[in-house]
Amino acid sequence: MSRFPIGPPEGLTVAVPRGALFADTLDLLDGLGADTAAVRSDGRRLIFDECGIVTMRPSDVPTYVEQGAADVGITGKDVLLEQPWRDVYELADLAYGACRMVVATPEGREVAEPLERLGRVRIATKYPRIAARHFSETGRHAEIVEVKGSVEIAPLTGLVDAIVDLTATGRTLAENGLVEREEVLRSSARLIANPVAHRLRAAAVDALLMRIGGPR
Amino acid sequence: MTHPIPPGTRDVLPAEMRELREIERAVQSSFDAAGYGEVLTPTMEYEDVLRRGDDRAAGAGYRLFDEQGHVLALRSDMTIPLARVAATRLAEVEPPLRLRYLAPAYRAVMRGTGEPREFLQAGVELMGVESPAGDSEVLRCALDALDAAGLRRHRLGLGDAGIATALLDETGAEPAARAAIVDALRRRDLPALEVRLDRAGIASPAREVLARLPLLRGGPEILDRADGPSPEALERLRGLYEMLHEAGAGERVLLDLGIVHELGYYTGPVFEVYDPAVGFPLGGGGRYDGLLGRFGRPLPACGIALDVHRLHLARAAEEKLR
Repeated sequence: MSRFPIGPPEGLTVAVPRGALFADTLDLLDGLGADTAAVRSDGRRLIFDECGIVTMRPSDVPTYVEQGAADVGITGKDVLLEQPWRDVYELADLAYGACRMVVATPEGREVAEPLERLGRVRIATKYPRIAARHFSETGRHAEIVEVKGSVEIAPLTGLVDAIVDLTATGRTLAENGLVEREEVLRSSARLIANPVAHRLRAAAVDALLMRIGGPR
Repeated sequence: MTHPIPPGTRDVLPAEMRELREIERAVQSSFDAAGYGEVLTPTMEYEDVLRRGDDRAAGAGYRLFDEQGHVLALRSDMTIPLARVAATRLAEVEPPLRLRYLAPAYRAVMRGTGEPREFLQAGVELMGVESPAGDSEVLRCALDALDAAGLRRHRLGLGDAGIATALLDETGAEPAARAAIVDALRRRDLPALEVRLDRAGIASPAREVLARLPLLRGGPEILDRADGPSPEALERLRGLYEMLHEAGAGERVLLDLGIVHELGYYTGPVFEVYDPAVGFPLGGGGRYDGLLGRFGRPLPACGIALDVHRLHLARAAEEKLR
């Protein structure tokens, strides 16, 4: 297939995550030969039919791809692990957007402390399923408190004992006096595809995968 | 005040019902014209009987006790109940048996976001006809029914349950490692597949063949590109494709060597139905040559089921594109 696999007239629709993965994703698409100038210059538009791109929150990417509203998409492994029921195919590890999900507590307070005295540890996180699984797999009773933003402040206010959150450089943790105690998982950007598009648009999906450099 | 119904179940009102009935009638008369007789079995079966067909009771999600304490399960498909019927009520009837059904089936929901627990299936089972003639008949039957239902863009995915199984048998991978590989193949998680193949210590060339399997889908040319899977399975698919091609359905067929059915009763060709207008399969089926034997009447058999509600969704989505 010589025609460029993304965008009109017959190419794929790509779900592109805004946020931490946004710039690297647009660089990747440019590197493949897409023209993302419009996406870069217009911060308010979300749909770019002219280049086959729809932009959205990273956690919405699996939803759009599963339903077939986008044929393929890019999102973090952390998002995919938090939504394990999504019926999407994971085609490639794109390597960028590398970060780790960790358990962190305030300086001087160990995870084991509340477990020993009270039989459970309270955890604030934006990733309730991953956090719950991490503690249940390690045989500890955790009470998960789901928060939507600024997880770091939860232990400082006494809401919880510890947090489970993503960290790339560790700076936000340090600024809030938090210390990493355990690594939960490593994440990076992934290319995902709708199962029907993976079959019925196989030539375009494979052309895209080939340009990216195959599954890694 | 609201009086809720369980998530994943629905009330159907006249406007929708009229269209659903129209699709049901079209599909049913298409199956009927092909010589398939309609059967109905109980919504609930003894769990033991379903387990005889499949260790996981075909994924039955709802169980209850009767007044004697027997475990009953709501059927999760019609294939196992019809295998039971073929071996009991129809035991004396000369094969081949051509059966059709229009009936609800039930499956547990994993996420509670409204995906159906109860779904209406229209399907056919053909018992007593070997592959590929039986597969070809059932697939042509399904294609005719899809046409009759008003779909124009539907496609048939065609794979073989034996391909991945045979490849994995050759590697001699440990059961746990094997299950992990099958899981990655089934979900087409290619990065995880690479890691798990390495972790299981699977050597070349089997490693490369398994890693490429999920990408082998397309026209008949992929059978030439597929170097590694058992030649018998590939020949079986080629033969079936050619039969469908001669019947004028070649354009509708998409070969897909990555379809994996490690668990369950499928033994040979497996089928899925797609429509480019929607992002989910409309139905599926396959060959289950071992299933009737488990009920004491060994016969080769295959079948396919279409999800009536999804046919309706796909037809509506196609209309929007016209």
